[in-house]
Amino acid sequence: MVRLARDGRSIPEPTPVTAPFFEAAADGRFMLQTCPRDGAFFYPRARCPKCWRADWRWTEASGRGTIHAYTIDRIGHDPTQKELAPFVIALVDLEEGPRAVAQIVECEVEAPYTGMPVKAVFDLFQPADGGDPVPILRFRPEG
Amino acid sequence: MGKRAAAIVGVTEWKPARRWDEAMFDLDAFARLGAELIDDSGLDRTDIDGFCVVGAREAPALAPSAVAEHLGLRSRFNERVDLGGATPAGMVWRAAAAIEVGICQAVLVMCPAIPRPSQQVRERPQTSSRPVYMGGDAWGSPQAQFEVPAGLVGATPSYAMIARLYMETYGLDEETLAKIAVEQRYNALANPDAIFHGRPITVEDVLASPMIADPLKLLEIVMPCFGGAAVLVTSADLARRARHRPVMVSGFGEEMTHRSLTSMPDLLDSPVRGAAARAFAMAGTTPTAMDSAQIYDCYTITVLRSLEDAGFCRLGEGGAFVREHDFRYDGDFPVNTNGGQLGFGQAGISGGMTHVIEAVRQIQGRAGQRQQRKCDLAFVNGNGGMMSEQVSLILEGA
Repeated sequence: MVRLARDGRSIPEPTPVTAPFFEAAADGRFMLQTCPRDGAFFYPRARCPKCWRADWRWTEASGRGTIHAYTIDRIGHDPTQKELAPFVIALVDLEEGPRAVAQIVECEVEAPYTGMPVKAVFDLFQPADGGDPVPILRFRPEG
Repeated sequence: MGKRAAAIVGVTEWKPARRWDEAMFDLDAFARLGAELIDDSGLDRTDIDGFCVVGAREAPALAPSAVAEHLGLRSRFNERVDLGGATPAGMVWRAAAAIEVGICQAVLVMCPAIPRPSQQVRERPQTSSRPVYMGGDAWGSPQAQFEVPAGLVGATPSYAMIARLYMETYGLDEETLAKIAVEQRYNALANPDAIFHGRPITVEDVLASPMIADPLKLLEIVMPCFGGAAVLVTSADLARRARHRPVMVSGFGEEMTHRSLTSMPDLLDSPVRGAAARAFAMAGTTPTAMDSAQIYDCYTITVLRSLEDAGFCRLGEGGAFVREHDFRYDGDFPVNTNGGQLGFGQAGISGGMTHVIEAVRQIQGRAGQRQQRKCDLAFVNGNGGMMSEQVSLILEGA
């Protein structure tokens, strides 16, 4: 079950594990978990995916990354984002190492390319059921 | 020499359709598939002592005991398998392994893919999960929080990213990918049950079809439909009583690393590599010895990448391999000879079964107009999710 924004699109519903990420994101900060042995990982989870231990710490990421792979979704495969198509979905390699998926915004859909430097932005969306605005990770071309 | 403990001795496959008017519950579909397998194999209902299913919508929990009860079985191997498109192939090796260790002797492997009877549809709550999320909208799921909002939903955008990256890395052109769809369509023209029977296409048609997620176009993407399929796996002893040539499950392998494309360790190195390598080693054979390859084909790019990782050619050489070989049933390297899912149709969870069944039909000499001149040894690959769940089988005529 996904939660919807007022404009109809899917918005994330934080859990006790992921809430710190979304709370920082609402202030524009990109927080990553960093394991003392295995380094940074993403998406947030209770334990490091490599050593399965829980002694990681939240660290602030630069938000800089590069597009590893991308596509232009011409039809909107997510039923809640059909009217927003076409849009670019990309896998972005963060400067700190982990990979994230997000839409590339603030440019023409034909502009993104493999290897393009991008910067994280957190856009806020009003939930349809009320409550605080919810941030969604996206990237814009850097520079 | 490979495994000789278990064989596929019977098959049944329903003609796929975009509309399915017959109301049938999953539990009743299992009984119908079971009866068809008994008819096809010539074995007896009392031989059956195991089954594999995905689940039963009438029994969301405790599905296996519901199946045993509904089918009147006293069953020793009661398996629920959850591997997306790789489910049917994964069921086949689990059945073969259970038979080899002596748990059971005859296993129904059943994948109906039919709409819910209308009464149930009306009773479904309006807020129910959408199939396109593949369960990734459950609360607490990483997909719900970090992928659905990005629009990474369904499978097409993920395979499109693999295709784009591959084209840029290895210089693959769109015409070569289109050739896969065209040759499989040729095979579908020789299969009266195929959803695209009687509708030939050209490379130009593929290139001119609507762009869905760059670079994948409509005619490179499977057509979802309804249907159902099942096979009967038995011990080698029982197989000797069967009506048709037994098809030994000679080797198998399975591997996975990720659910979402975002977490795939390397977009151009899939778990097919490990699954296929173990299957070939177990069977004591090699890719060059295969008479036929039945490769899970949700998209054209899936066929090319799977052939590479299974060892039919090296990474980066898939484009040249496609150009240099003729994948038609009468060509030099027959691939997806019943049309594959691209030509036959993708009937939900039974889509992956079409590859298993076509290999069996070719080996048994029951492929009709599209029968290969020689087929004793076939490679089958099942692929689930985003190149996620991978199951390889080597099937060999007895």
